[in-house]
Amino acid sequence: MTEEVDTGRRHFLTVATIATGAVGAAFAAVPFLASWQPRARAKAMGAPVEVDLSKVEPGAMVKVEWRGKAIYIVNRTPQMLEQLKGHDDRLRDPESKESDQPAFAKNVDRSMKPEWLVLVGVCTHLGCAPLDKFTAGDVTVAADWPGGFFCPCHGSKFDLSGRVFKDVPAPTNLPVPPYSFLSDTRILIGAEAGKA
Amino acid sequence: MSSTSQTVKAGGGRLAALTAWIDARFPMTKLWKEQVSEYYAPKNMNFWYFFGSLAMLVLVIQILTGIFLTMNYKPSAAEAFGSVEYIMRDVNWGWLIRYMHSTGASAFFIVVYLHMFRGLLYGSYQKPRELLWIFGMLIYFALMGEAFFGYLLPWGNMSYWGAQVIVSLFGAIPYVGDSLMEWIRGDFYISDVTLNRFFALHVVALPIALIFLVIAHLMALHEVGSNNPDGVEIKKVKGPDGIPLDGIAFHPYYTVKDIVGVGVFLIAFCLIIFYAPTMGGYFLERANFEPANALQTPPHIAPVWYFTPFYAILRSVPSKPMGAALMGIAVLLFVFLPWLDRGKVKSIRYRGPIFKFFIIAFAISFLALGYLGTQPATPTYTTAARVFAVVYFAFFLLMPWYTSIDKTKPVPTRVTYHAH
Amino acid sequence: MRTKLLVLIAAIAPVAAFAAGEAHLERAGNDVGNRASLQRGARNFVNYCLGCHSAKYMRYNRMAADLGISEPQLIENLMFTGERPHDTMRIGMNPDDAKRWFGVVPPDLSLIARARGTDYLYTFLRSFYADPARPTGVNNIVLPGTAMPHVLWELQGVQEAVWEGSVDAAGNAQKHFKEFKPGAPGKMSPEEYDQFVRDTVNFLDYIGEPAQLQRTRLGFPVIAFLAFFSLLAYALKKEYWKDVK
Repeated sequence: MTEEVDTGRRHFLTVATIATGAVGAAFAAVPFLASWQPRARAKAMGAPVEVDLSKVEPGAMVKVEWRGKAIYIVNRTPQMLEQLKGHDDRLRDPESKESDQPAFAKNVDRSMKPEWLVLVGVCTHLGCAPLDKFTAGDVTVAADWPGGFFCPCHGSKFDLSGRVFKDVPAPTNLPVPPYSFLSDTRILIGAEAGKA
Repeated sequence: MSSTSQTVKAGGGRLAALTAWIDARFPMTKLWKEQVSEYYAPKNMNFWYFFGSLAMLVLVIQILTGIFLTMNYKPSAAEAFGSVEYIMRDVNWGWLIRYMHSTGASAFFIVVYLHMFRGLLYGSYQKPRELLWIFGMLIYFALMGEAFFGYLLPWGNMSYWGAQVIVSLFGAIPYVGDSLMEWIRGDFYISDVTLNRFFALHVVALPIALIFLVIAHLMALHEVGSNNPDGVEIKKVKGPDGIPLDGIAFHPYYTVKDIVGVGVFLIAFCLIIFYAPTMGGYFLERANFEPANALQTPPHIAPVWYFTPFYAILRSVPSKPMGAALMGIAVLLFVFLPWLDRGKVKSIRYRGPIFKFFIIAFAISFLALGYLGTQPATPTYTTAARVFAVVYFAFFLLMPWYTSIDKTKPVPTRVTYHAH
Repeated sequence: MRTKLLVLIAAIAPVAAFAAGEAHLERAGNDVGNRASLQRGARNFVNYCLGCHSAKYMRYNRMAADLGISEPQLIENLMFTGERPHDTMRIGMNPDDAKRWFGVVPPDLSLIARARGTDYLYTFLRSFYADPARPTGVNNIVLPGTAMPHVLWELQGVQEAVWEGSVDAAGNAQKHFKEFKPGAPGKMSPEEYDQFVRDTVNFLDYIGEPAQLQRTRLGFPVIAFLAFFSLLAYALKKEYWKDVK
């Protein structure tokens, strides 16, 4: 049975067939893996959301949904902007170097227009929704509380720009989503001007 | 020849040590040898023997694509139709996965019918392979169940009315028929409840049953050994090493051969998927692109092609209980083949002219009934269906008689094989 | 042998899935690979069909991408009712109102080409004729008694049907459709109108299965790869089977 077997040819053909089969299997796997990608419908729901700001009173916050996440929009009063000052030493990332925000929001008030704060309302620790505790000195948080957001799950604290305090579990500031103003009272969440 | 032992040696000490470590805890090498590398199959198996491994391939395709379809399918009357269109349009590559599954259903039956016909040609159901054949028949029945339950899931109008008609067949059973129908549907008509339970049976219950039956089928096969086109038992003539003289190791000889079959099959499979996924209305029917509508029956109702031979028999009988009974018998008769066949030889090669006549008549009548089942029941077609139905039953019922009087040729002791 | 027979039967048997009455169907002769035709068809569809019929499984932006239409062009030319590009082609018509106005709810057209076939749609849209007995003033040879008005009458004009009479074996007078004769002319010549309908049907064919564009493109490379693999496997089989004597 083993006479005149061309082992070289046999070996080559075996390797070539296995290799081709493996390439084919890899190609065949692509559609199955790709079918887990977000679909056209999910992408449709992830499209930018337009919000009318004319009804948001100074000092109030509205929540809108974008890509299945809560977006917090706060109409900050001059007094609230004052509350941002004087506690940089207690913050983990006061200049937002490590945090997630569009370039235009890499500043102290983390916004395009100081009065309008737009944040993704998802705690950077484990994804809970932080509560709005805007009043300075709110005893349910802390006596020296400058006002901001408090996450009820694990006690993470953020100031009125969504900047995270030291000594809490959350690692970074609350993210700022991309957005742009269509007019003075209309904002488009999810798309930066010129990048839509 | 035993390439495994060579690879192990070539792979060096570590691989050998790992193999030994596993073998001390799990019979890996033992199973591989017994079932594959030292399973000796007759060397004269021809192209008819591709269809067993191809049926395995299609089973794997169906399970894999089926799992991915359930990730997006919604088994409710309100959402089912829309979720299938969602798969076809919005899910990345969903159309390909769905067409693989719908084409796979028809491919499964093509392959299995050819596999069964191979059994008829070469007497593969005869002693000692009766149980092997019966496990195979149980697989076929499970497959019919899969096809029936699965066909309701797209919730198209043909799905709906097809299920309605087939469930109504149970109404033909005396006394309990009506309550049985209600029990199967879980409602007074085919409804959301029916869809939900059919879904459970299609994706959980029957696939598990199928996998176990396939394992039993393979265990029985490897116990008795494969038949071959000569119908000669190769185990009767063994060499000094105890290996059948006409046997060759399944691996590598039949693994490399089956891979060629897989390649050719996949070419045909892909031609359908990419260029004719509806197969002109035979694999995916036009009426099923309209959502289920309880108020409007499609103008022409017929089951999918793989059920049409039996459907033609059902329709050709002018009485509902008799028609349903004959249809059931037509399917069940295959199970009794090992005992209906009194022939002294297995293979068609050594059978006499009467058997050859009957098997050709049977093949023609099966195909003709299949065709007639897709057509409207005009008087001419109904008469034709009756004639072919008689031939179909005669093949089985007269078998004890014609196989015992048929003049057979002498069977050689060794298989006939000419090296290429 | 049996496989060949099965394939043969599948190929020659008439497609019996939908019986279209007695009307003879004309060949649509559309080509979903013809992008210009699809773009014209899309325009026809949104202008004439989308008022009453939805295509609720078809997304505007998918259509734009497949047909080579940019998003601004899409919004400018094909979207009139304030949807967003990722929306599906729904309509504002309330089904209850529709039922009151037409007697039936106009069917969704996403899958109409797959359910009925392009020849049916092509023939249907060309087969309206004047029939004062109908509330809409028209009837249709392919679907007698249809509730659909002849939306395209301005383009085609209104043609008249010519009937021929005969008496059947039982002595009853029978009426058979013979041909159309031109009635009030429309804005288009018959050739222009046929092309208009063909483009529209082509678009309906496309929205029935948007993936078909991708599907037919992918077929050749996949099958070529499998053919290469099969040849290699065959050579391997030949090589090993040299052992078998």
